[in-house]
Amino acid sequence: MSKLIIGFIPLTDCAPLVVAAEQGFAAEQGLELTLVRETSWANIRDRIIVGHFDAAHMLGPMVVASTLGIGHIRASLIAPCALGLGGNAITVSLPLWERMRREGAAADSHPAIHGRALKRVVEARARDGLAPLTLAMVYPFSCHNYELRYWLASAAVDPDRDLRLVVIPPPLLVDAMRTGQIDGFCVGEPWNSVAVDCGVGAIITSTAAIWPLSPEKVLGCRAQWAADHPQELAALIRALYRAALWCERPENHAPLAALLADPCYVGVAQELILRSLDGRLKLNPDSQAVHIPNFYLPARRSATFPWVSHAQWFYTQMLRWRQVQPRPGQLAEAGASYRPDLYRLALAPLGVEAPLDDIRAERFFDDTKFDPVDIESQLGEPRS
Amino acid sequence: MSEPELRIVLVDQNVTRASILEEGLREAGCTEVVVVRDMQNLLRRIVDEDPDVIFIDLENPNRDVLEQMFQVSRCVRRPVAMFVDHSDTAMIRAAVEAGVGAYVVDGLRKERVKAILDMAVTRFNAFSELREELDRARQALDERKVIERAKGLLMKHKGLSEETAYGLMRKAAMNEGKRIVEVARALVTALDLLT
Repeated sequence: MSKLIIGFIPLTDCAPLVVAAEQGFAAEQGLELTLVRETSWANIRDRIIVGHFDAAHMLGPMVVASTLGIGHIRASLIAPCALGLGGNAITVSLPLWERMRREGAAADSHPAIHGRALKRVVEARARDGLAPLTLAMVYPFSCHNYELRYWLASAAVDPDRDLRLVVIPPPLLVDAMRTGQIDGFCVGEPWNSVAVDCGVGAIITSTAAIWPLSPEKVLGCRAQWAADHPQELAALIRALYRAALWCERPENHAPLAALLADPCYVGVAQELILRSLDGRLKLNPDSQAVHIPNFYLPARRSATFPWVSHAQWFYTQMLRWRQVQPRPGQLAEAGASYRPDLYRLALAPLGVEAPLDDIRAERFFDDTKFDPVDIESQLGEPRS
Repeated sequence: MSEPELRIVLVDQNVTRASILEEGLREAGCTEVVVVRDMQNLLRRIVDEDPDVIFIDLENPNRDVLEQMFQVSRCVRRPVAMFVDHSDTAMIRAAVEAGVGAYVVDGLRKERVKAILDMAVTRFNAFSELREELDRARQALDERKVIERAKGLLMKHKGLSEETAYGLMRKAAMNEGKRIVEVARALVTALDLLT
């Protein structure tokens, strides 16, 4: 048995790690996993870098940022496996939701209509001399940050000028909304459902509506660790792949929710966790649950495949929001931090048909396309 | 005189640990030390204090709040980074192991930062040792209480003297290869169930 120490943050999408450890998928591959719950993404990153953790539940953009040395010391990290697609939502406080409804938003509106309503609220507040709205997300290098900004910008709301965008750790978001510190947030489950259940917020859109099959967490580790431990890493990828399939099956949703509800994992009521697993979210405190297709996919639609184009898209967002000064070669370096080659290699013995391409085009709710074949000309990045 | 005084902010919700570090920094000649415990206005406080160095305990989820601040340059007057340069892996390791995160403004001389970071690491480690010692003392006290209680129960139910009751438990522990506190705990549980 090889022993691996793996860090995680209490969120529903740590599920494949928990299931691999608890349902025998890791043992089947000769691994004994010790899962360590962490309190901040910064701790996850630092404890990976200093070698306290062999691998971790990690934000996709964090792997890219660390590899490029943005916002922290430079440390080559890789993502050899993804931990699912989607699972995030945008929630606003009930007072803001009331204002947005008066500006034409409805519970089942398209994200563009929600965006226009928010834009009118933002403009009205500026006219009335009120403080700008404050929205929160969970980390500067996160899909949540980029998805929220994408949606705001498409409604012509400048996230850096027209409102205040702050970071608040997921377990503290609902309290921050209740006490009026923030007017909205973008976060993974179960925290949107917790806000609805406490009667403080309304979910206005899932990120599946903004970007269908959008990337989320990955398994992250040091590039050097991966090079030194190829067998263990391949075994871990196989265990996670099998665990993700288990998570996806509807008959396993209830036991999975019960497992994650344990205080040593997510520590939130089973019923709230079940909502995102079933893709049936209650959008506001006095409504019925609605079905959101492909809200959170642990396994289907190649959800565990680490698409190089995801890493490339994150890099374009780092440029767009001026988190990085462009340098030649950065795009290639960002893309190379995602490792579909290791994924395919690990899963070959299971006879899994992994995607043959490393990149794929993406389409957003506003019909914009992200075409990874031609990013450099879109960026105008000097070729190295 | 040499360089201006360093302004240091400590973000730590543990009062004891914060004062242990604060004391150390003052002894080392840093007089401009501010301890922040109110997490609600963390960003505002830090912007107002405009520190050269920020220490935060790693148990604090608000660490991610700080990392955002350093991304948004308009929030802070001067750029901030974690540690001084990219060659500080040993410093990072020592800090992470001690449970403290450090952020410093760009352009600060490495030797100055290293001295106070070393201080923070030492004091954080000293605090952990103190806490472990306390835990051990508390555990020893708890164990003593259980043994006393089991002894009392034996004395009452079997009409034994204190010495004989203790001897009986010690013999049982030796026979079963257990610690005397385990025997005492089993006895207390069993008697609680029976009576």
